Amino acid sequence: MRPDNSPMTTDALAALEKAGFSRRGFLKGAGALIVGFRMTGGAVKLAAQTAPGVPLDRVDSWVAIAQDESVTGYSGKCEFGQGFETVQYQLIAEELSVPLDRVKLIYCDTSVTPDQGVTSGSQSHMAEFGPSGLRQALATAREALFRMAADQLKVPVDQLTVQDGIVSVKSDPSRQMSYGQLVGGNKFNLALNSRAVPKDPAQYTILGTSVPRFDLPAKVTGQAQYVQHVRLPGMLHGKVVRPPSVGAKVVKVDESSVKSLPGNVRVVVKNDFVGVVADKEWQAIQAADALQVQWSDGVALPAQPDLYDYMRKQPSRDAYTVLSADVDQMLGQAARVVRATYLHPYQMHGSLGSSCAVADVKGSGADATATIWSATQGVYPQRDSAAMVLGIPRDKVRVIFVEGSGCYGINGADTVSYDAALLSQAVGRPVRVQFSRKDEMTGGENYGPAYVVDLKAGLDDKGQIIAWDYESWTLSKGGRPNATTPGNIITGALAGFATPALVPARGNPPANFGNNGNAAPAYGSGCVGATCGGTGTIRSERVLTHTIASPFFTGPLRSPSRLQNTFANESFIDEVAAAVKADPVQYRLRHLSDPRLIDVLNAAASAAKWDTRASPKPGNAKTGIVTGRGISCVLYEGDNGYCALVAEVEVDQGSGLVTVKRLVISQDSGPVSNPDGLRNQMEGGVLQGMSRALREEVRWGDQAIASTHWRTYPVFQFGEPLPVVETVLINRPDKPHMGAGECTITTAASAIANAIFDATGARLRQVPFTARRVLEALGAR
Amino acid sequence: MAKLSLTVNGRSYSVEADPETPLLYILSDDLQLNGPKFGCGLSQCGACTVLLDGEPVRSCVTPVSEAAGLEVISIEGLGTPEDPHPIQRAFIEEQAVQCGYCISGIMLYGKTFIDRNPNASEQEIVESLTGLLCRCHAHVRMVRALKRYAQEVRA
Ligand code: FES
Ligand code: FES
Repeated sequence: MRPDNSPMTTDALAALEKAGFSRRGFLKGAGALIVGFRMTGGAVKLAAQTAPGVPLDRVDSWVAIAQDESVTGYSGKCEFGQGFETVQYQLIAEELSVPLDRVKLIYCDTSVTPDQGVTSGSQSHMAEFGPSGLRQALATAREALFRMAADQLKVPVDQLTVQDGIVSVKSDPSRQMSYGQLVGGNKFNLALNSRAVPKDPAQYTILGTSVPRFDLPAKVTGQAQYVQHVRLPGMLHGKVVRPPSVGAKVVKVDESSVKSLPGNVRVVVKNDFVGVVADKEWQAIQAADALQVQWSDGVALPAQPDLYDYMRKQPSRDAYTVLSADVDQMLGQAARVVRATYLHPYQMHGSLGSSCAVADVKGSGADATATIWSATQGVYPQRDSAAMVLGIPRDKVRVIFVEGSGCYGINGADTVSYDAALLSQAVGRPVRVQFSRKDEMTGGENYGPAYVVDLKAGLDDKGQIIAWDYESWTLSKGGRPNATTPGNIITGALAGFATPALVPARGNPPANFGNNGNAAPAYGSGCVGATCGGTGTIRSERVLTHTIASPFFTGPLRSPSRLQNTFANESFIDEVAAAVKADPVQYRLRHLSDPRLIDVLNAAASAAKWDTRASPKPGNAKTGIVTGRGISCVLYEGDNGYCALVAEVEVDQGSGLVTVKRLVISQDSGPVSNPDGLRNQMEGGVLQGMSRALREEVRWGDQAIASTHWRTYPVFQFGEPLPVVETVLINRPDKPHMGAGECTITTAASAIANAIFDATGARLRQVPFTARRVLEALGAR
Repeated sequence: MAKLSLTVNGRSYSVEADPETPLLYILSDDLQLNGPKFGCGLSQCGACTVLLDGEPVRSCVTPVSEAAGLEVISIEGLGTPEDPHPIQRAFIEEQAVQCGYCISGIMLYGKTFIDRNPNASEQEIVESLTGLLCRCHAHVRMVRALKRYAQEVRA
């Protein structure tokens, strides 16, 4: 949202109408429907407008230049606090050579922005700077503008130059035309040209600088409108009533239990979806509390303490990331085999704000339309799946993204959008649903799944690893919804849509090496057939993942599988280094081949003034407070950003309390678009990773989730000792863009575990490292 | 239902509400303020913080009747994007936000403490924020912004 974000003015509405929005039936005469639409600057005559389908291959889908010289970009990559909105402003200004304050950006609205899937997985840079994204559209537009100017000014294109959106003749700058004049209020009417040449990053003057975030002035002054603040005329407030135990079904709903309550309470039931609607939010909360619902028993859950054993015994769907033929043979002839098992719990996204959405479903049958205001990561997937939930055609559904609380993956944003849509459809009025904290934590989120990872390394007589054997078990249920799977999230399933069942299957040898979940270690060569995609030197590798059915909904959590696998792999390499009494950095370097991974590792170590020696630290007492340092590194997703982390910790061996004192992170994501923005992401990522490592675990009892709020799902809070966090950026303008937001979080647990080992000689193999577990590990020394 | 008079950010309002209604819902739904936000509703995070006669309170657990007759200030009452309060300027200068959902708590508890203890150490500032959450974990920058504000208060 821009600082001057405000509800639409009639002027702006008129401009939109002129630009063709009125073609969309559901917009007719409904000014309020556009509340939350990020459109600024009053009456702007948009020169070009995207067709209802918003085709990805048309320049007009991405950019419009108005006669007032403003440039409007359209994008499918949304802002969640990660700062990518500002990067997109920079990209538009840079590629078209216009001042930043002339740029507008409209993103994530199914009626006007291109379908770029979901904003997730550190994919935004790759998408927008890639061969079919925003940058390519801008490069095509720029070349077209130069051609138009060459025509009008009657000089060859190579005689022209541009500054601040004015194209002029190099030899005679008085001969010039502005973009607005050139475009003349028209569309580009051009296909994206894959051969258009974007600016050379070495020439960047706006990208690569720390442009301040556009959204911050509004956010810090309370002006920013989040999805929680979408307020429509006639809007009612809805609340959901979720099953008290996992898998419970509605037996009976006693509507009379809320009859006497104020606020025109309505009860809505669809299969096992139950909700109430009232005039005011407080009335809806009270009605939801008072509503008597008889539920069946839930399903039996695996006892939490037995989870990891249980996981090993279930039928599974198996997948190999890499499978060298000689792993057993190499392990058999190894001078020594090191083994360890790592355990990672279910964790929540734990967004600070409980999720919220507003929906306005009008009419029925063929005339039905729906508009949903949502903090979803994917407006198009939500549009398509919500259409199924509502039983109306998808082209009658519009999903408008409005920023919510930072999400870190699939929090309750999608499911609460279905809730609002179902309630609005039932009562025929706009409905806002604000989850309670418990709704979010027990009936909103798709959790990040637990993992068990068994690791084996075969060493030769010099202590070099000659074989790496990884076998893991994880769980899955649902995930991100797409056009056919509303049952992937809680409300879809409650409303009667099937959650696709996990089908057990044997894994086949992989066709190529894709280390998307970071299951393979950084130290393997990743050879499948004749091609090797890994970052290391170990040629004999087996990486096998078993996925079993999860009792709880699961989905991508920053950063899916990479969090759990990097904990295991980067702890294990440390264990092996310790087993051969090698320095953890040097030992890693002995097995790495990728120069960029080597560089980030060295950069973090040198910035942290790493003292080169084996762990544990000699001379540390077995009692009292001791300190240590640990390291971790990863090539995120095998191709999407390099980072390394040094953690320094203090361990109180009396209480088991671990305090992280210092975190030094280095990162290489290719060209740095916004150095300060990248640092912000690295800092937040590593601290969230620390919180996950030390505190976070979803807990449950016989039938129900027991982590219902911040006391039963504790996270790192203000008031606790804050580590010093230092960042080192490695800028590579000559390389392709990579992801930036999810690398550092994956390295936190292992770097901290390795530092605890360095300090104490005790190895933490189960996240989170609670005081009790630390004491147990100390006892086992 | 009762008729209640509220003074919020220097303006008077009269609202009709169940006196038990948490103040947050009145501010957010009725007065259409975006500063105080719903995070937990349980006094566990601070996203809903406002100043009540100068003291930070969690509006999610403060009945609106308790606020009647007192002066309520939300972060909107401190400054605007064009004319931010020095503490807001400090957050902008340090780029001390990610999603910004938590900001009311950090800013209003921090401001209250620093206004009274401009010479506080970094550790004391951190401790004054005990019980607040930022789930983007932008802690480092936020503390930097508060230190910058403290410097300004001292000057
Ligand atoms: S919303 Fe009030 S403290 Fe969390
Ligand atoms: S900035 Fe997102 S919760 Fe604090």
